[in-house]
Amino acid sequence: MTQPLLNITGLHKSFGTQQVLRNIDLAVQPGERIAILGASGSGKSTFLRCLNFMETPSAGSIELGGRMLGSEGRNGARVYAEKELTQLRQRVGMVFQQFNLFPHMTAIGNVMEGLRTVKGVAPAAARERAMAELSRVGLADHAEQYPARLSGGQKQRVAIARALAMDPELLLFDEPTSALDPELVGEVLGVIRSLAEEGRTMLLVTHELGFAYHVATRVLFIADGEIHEAGTPDEVVKHPQRERTRAFLARHREFSL
Amino acid sequence: MYRWDFAPVLANADLLLQGLVNTLAVTGTALAFGIPLGLALALARLSGRRLLAWPAGFVIEFFRTTPPLVQLFWFFFALPVLIRVEMTPFMASALTFSIQSSAFFAEVFRGGIVSVERGQWEASRALGMTPSQSMRRIILPQAVKRMIPAFMERAIELMKTTTLVAIVSYADLLYQANEIAQKTFRPLEVFTVVAGIYFVVILMISLLARRLERRLAVSGESTVH
Amino acid sequence: MGYQWNFAPVFEHADALLYGAVGTLRIFAICLVLGLSFGLVVGLMRYSRRRLLNWPATAFVEFFRNTPVLVQILWFYFALPMLVPFEISPLMAAALGISLNSAAFSAEIFRGGIQSIEPGQWEASRALGMTGLQAMRRIILPQAIRRMLPALTNRAIEIFKMSTLASAVAYVELLQQGKLIASLNFNPIEVYTVIALAFFLFLYPLVRATYALERQMARSDSGGD
Ligand SMILES: Nc1ncnc2c1ncn2[C@@H]1O[C@H](COP(=O)(O)OP(=O)(O)O)[C@@H](O)[C@H]1O
Ligand SMILES: [Mg+2]
Repeated sequence: MTQPLLNITGLHKSFGTQQVLRNIDLAVQPGERIAILGASGSGKSTFLRCLNFMETPSAGSIELGGRMLGSEGRNGARVYAEKELTQLRQRVGMVFQQFNLFPHMTAIGNVMEGLRTVKGVAPAAARERAMAELSRVGLADHAEQYPARLSGGQKQRVAIARALAMDPELLLFDEPTSALDPELVGEVLGVIRSLAEEGRTMLLVTHELGFAYHVATRVLFIADGEIHEAGTPDEVVKHPQRERTRAFLARHREFSL
Repeated sequence: MYRWDFAPVLANADLLLQGLVNTLAVTGTALAFGIPLGLALALARLSGRRLLAWPAGFVIEFFRTTPPLVQLFWFFFALPVLIRVEMTPFMASALTFSIQSSAFFAEVFRGGIVSVERGQWEASRALGMTPSQSMRRIILPQAVKRMIPAFMERAIELMKTTTLVAIVSYADLLYQANEIAQKTFRPLEVFTVVAGIYFVVILMISLLARRLERRLAVSGESTVH
Repeated sequence: MGYQWNFAPVFEHADALLYGAVGTLRIFAICLVLGLSFGLVVGLMRYSRRRLLNWPATAFVEFFRNTPVLVQILWFYFALPMLVPFEISPLMAAALGISLNSAAFSAEIFRGGIQSIEPGQWEASRALGMTGLQAMRRIILPQAIRRMLPALTNRAIEIFKMSTLASAVAYVELLQQGKLIASLNFNPIEVYTVIALAFFLFLYPLVRATYALERQMARSDSGGD
């Protein structure tokens, strides 16, 4: 077995007194595509957001590429330096449910922004790279448009290009199609599928069961902040072993698959 | 029946013009210092570090809560004694209104900054930006655009408040009016004309501000996503 | 170096300051009552679709919002006596200027508050058979006032701060008394520091109350009805 790209052990997250994630262990191998299923409020977003430290884990440790993040602080909890986190985030890209494009920049401006500001790439090189990413998501001809002029599906594709431009080793997708009108879902899933075919490592929270089944290499079902069931798509989606997983799938299968 | 006579006012038009220039000078100076200082105060207050947030909060609240005329008297009559420097009326006025307006601008900045959606912070942080990069590149440009109406309103308020400098004998428009009124015994005409001048100047600025807002509102780069 | 602070002479004149404070409260109360009630009338006129009401109200609001209040006070003090057959006292001039200015600003608050009530509320009250006036008094205004409360409190604070401008026409209020004491004892630092602090300590609780009201409104608005 190769060294995991991401190794999560004993991850806990609480907001105040509310325990949202408990004791999550997960090793992600390079090239794996992990779909995360679960009811609303079960902690899926919080889990993804802990992985690029949009939320700071309350306990547990995360290794990226064999290096443990943070350092031992007082009273046992790990502390993370700002610099370490900005470096980590360059290696872990995130795509949001609400796109979060920068409205005051054009599509290509959005894609160039990380290259210019974070990586310090020269303008011409950044523009060339950004253009390549926009072409990959099929939006080269919309490069100079502001987000307000783009459809939801186009916005999400720009957001994916923005993440890709940073050359991330791992991509996190948090319900990337949930805010889209049904007829726009396909174009975004198409882009994600093409990334899968390139062999990129990704974690994807989604309610698109069919997509998860066909594209993921592994599926996790999260309930009450725990990994309730995990396995291959066939195991979890087609032949779930546990009652809660079955109930969840039954509710969702009505409108997908 | 009172017989209006504007001739004495017209005869002193040069003094009024000089006064208007001085009014604009003190307003401009206060804006030039007040806006950057206001941004600094807002950032300090939002920094989350108590050692910065607390003093900034106090300055903002104090200067927004106390009457500007009291502040002006303090800076004109008290401060020179305290630090042993000569204070011209202009210096005291510029100092007072720079700080006073910065307190108000700070709240305008803060309002604009917190109005930007959390997702904007998250998206920029997720790209690996530092907090200050996020602020400079992503948050402030959006915040400033939303702040423009409040900003113009504050600038107009500032211009009106600068009339107080006449009380410490800085030769602004109102001060000149008082002088001319005493000289010509024509207070009705002088003060009416001066009120008119203020009205026209401020109305013009308001109209300009409204035009600017509309222009920004129709430009393709809107704040909705 | 190091200025020797000495507050004793200030407190020796506590009675004079107290006398000034009473003057401040008196003009504040007068302007608050006149300003807000006249503001409500003007606000309703502004809201009205009848041109004969709307037009003069608009002109009034625009004029008094776009000229400095100190100019208004001086106009009433120096210019108005030329037109009327009676004396204008400092209190009258200052109260007129501040009240009319506040009326113009609060008129816009009232109008905005009334406009913010959903048309459904009008329809529901009309459907019950109420007249327009009844609907306004029983249904619309009570809701609107609740919404406007933070803005109105804010106006009250502004009126309090403006009351210091009455000293420009030698009306006896806190700042005016301070000037007197400072010139008698040559101790402007202590006097103006005490006065600034007095204003801050008196007004800041009101400011906090306004913030609390704003937060409460924001919560109840997002909670829906
Ligand atoms: N910033 C936060 N502060 C407090 N509670 C939060 C926060 N973020 C999420 N939660 C809570 O954590 C739980 C899990 O939320 P989330 O991870 O968004 O669920 P999911 O993405 O599976 O729908 C929910 O009960 C939510 O209310
Ligand atoms: Mg979620």
